[in-house]
Amino acid sequence: MMIEMQGIRKVYSTGRVEVEALKSVDLDIDRNEFVAIVGPSGSGKSTLMNLLGCLDTPTSGLYRLSGETVGGLDRNRLAEIRNRHVGFVFQNFNLLPYATALENVELPLLFGGVPTKERRERAKAMLAKVDLADRMDHKPTELSGGQMQRVAVARALVNRPTMILADEPTGNLDTSSGKGIVGLFQELHAGGQTVVMITHDMALARIASRIVQIRDGEIVDDQRAAA
Amino acid sequence: MRFAVAELALVWRLFRADLGHQTKRIVLTVLAIAWGTLSIVLLLSFGEGLKRSLGQGARGLGEHVAIVWPGATTRAWMGLPSGRPIPIKEEDPALLRSRIPEIGLLSVEYAKYTSIAVGTKSINTRLRGVDPEFGEMRNIHPQLGGRFLNARDVAEKRRVVFLGEELARDLFGAEDVVGRTLQINQSVFLVVGVAEKKIQMGMYNGPDRNQPSIPSSTFKSMFTDAKIENLVYRPVSLDLADMAKAELYRVMGAKYHFDPEDTRSLGIWDTREMQRINDNIGLGIQIFLGIIGGLTLFVGGMGVANIMYAVVKERTREIGVKMALGAKERQVMTPFILEALLMTVLGGLVGTCVSLGLIAIIAALPLKGEAFDLLGRPTFSPAIAAATATILGTIGSLAGFFPAKHASSVNPAVSLRYE
Repeated sequence: MMIEMQGIRKVYSTGRVEVEALKSVDLDIDRNEFVAIVGPSGSGKSTLMNLLGCLDTPTSGLYRLSGETVGGLDRNRLAEIRNRHVGFVFQNFNLLPYATALENVELPLLFGGVPTKERRERAKAMLAKVDLADRMDHKPTELSGGQMQRVAVARALVNRPTMILADEPTGNLDTSSGKGIVGLFQELHAGGQTVVMITHDMALARIASRIVQIRDGEIVDDQRAAA
Repeated sequence: MRFAVAELALVWRLFRADLGHQTKRIVLTVLAIAWGTLSIVLLLSFGEGLKRSLGQGARGLGEHVAIVWPGATTRAWMGLPSGRPIPIKEEDPALLRSRIPEIGLLSVEYAKYTSIAVGTKSINTRLRGVDPEFGEMRNIHPQLGGRFLNARDVAEKRRVVFLGEELARDLFGAEDVVGRTLQINQSVFLVVGVAEKKIQMGMYNGPDRNQPSIPSSTFKSMFTDAKIENLVYRPVSLDLADMAKAELYRVMGAKYHFDPEDTRSLGIWDTREMQRINDNIGLGIQIFLGIIGGLTLFVGGMGVANIMYAVVKERTREIGVKMALGAKERQVMTPFILEALLMTVLGGLVGTCVSLGLIAIIAALPLKGEAFDLLGRPTFSPAIAAATATILGTIGSLAGFFPAKHASSVNPAVSLRYE
């Protein structure tokens, strides 16, 4: 099992008020799955994504990612795990505005300490894979929304992560660009990549091979599409 | 390190981006750093100038010379009572020269207040009779076209005189003085040289600029009852100064029967002490000025830190993104520290250039007067450059470190949602 979550609970305390964002979540995700996590806003899906992506640690429960127990790790160790295992794709792209497409894609390799030459080559190859070979030296402001999101996908893939973790990846895109990104995810999945996508859009979720529904901090439904 | 190099280009672009929407703030901060650098460089340079003129002033009396004058015993010794006067006699200089190899140069000094006349103009002053070594030891250098007294002057008891520069001006006005004659005690003397101007802070019996010097032998033949007023000597080297002094007490003590430990039997003014104190005063003033300049720079550093805090807040989301991509604490901090350093170095360069320009301008100004002589000229030195660079680097790093530390402590999950 690539991702194992057992009895995951997350409580946020704001002053004297405690909010239980996740009650008790058990979730296993296997290699090469395409999972959509669906739920309305406030359901706890963002919290679940933060925990899956090691951006945050659970209040209690066990989380193992690729056999490694995440929990009680220090910030630098968590950063390393994110760098190696998780490729984030965000709703609003989150590209660095002052850096070129190529430099944006290089960032995870930079943080991972990959030497300059290899870094450049791998980033270029990844941009070519998302059909942006001719836009490498453009700044994000010079790209369309769909192109920006493809740069973000290239950035997520460049360090060969265990999983792609996408948060409403089509939320800020027009229909055709959105379709392009969805198609890209399907392609990646077909190529063996594990993809976890968080969305509130049931129609979008249907392209995944497995749909996990979450409501009020609990998983209420978990269905695999007929193969 | 590889990371830092790769980041440099990005940091520069970040800085330009920040410059775009924080123009006024960044320009003002860079100016504040420039101002701080200006004050620290100028204050230290003035301190250096002052230190050097203090040093020159201390050397105006002579470098490492000692002045010996007759005293009186304060202890009974070998059956002789205390309070006995100890003279310096005519034969003593030769005795000291032959018996104490640690003494490099030695001169007697006779002195008498007398009048010097040129035509109808007459000035009363302290006339001294000295040996040729006196000029070198006491840093009395002749102006171009003249000379100090020499060995033949002494051997032949010539009627020649060397004038202090102020005395020469008072007697002759602005005219060329060498080769002119004047009258001392109804005898005609030829002027062989006039002293160059110097800063003289230590003195006994008045400054050199007002005094005429004639050969000791001439002096003795004119005033037959004259007694040696004091001796001036310089040790062979600084290391031998203490030994020369001890030997002098020993030789004279043996001759005049006093305890060589009784340092009041002969007065010795060792000018090394004065020079050391002067050096320390100069250094003290420089440290004081440096601290004032440093504080000014510190205020500029606060400005940089302030901007960096604003920049960190502005880039909260970006920090979150970098963390999500796997940036470690150090990798989040480095760009902020570099950017703060960049601002500081920029301000430092501007400030240093302006202060070097100002120093050059001040050096070119025709400032005259005793105050300016002593205040000297602001002098830039490698030590000042190193001190300024160190202070700038420290302030820049600190101004970047704390905001950067703050940046690296944000929660990535929260900062990613920051608008």
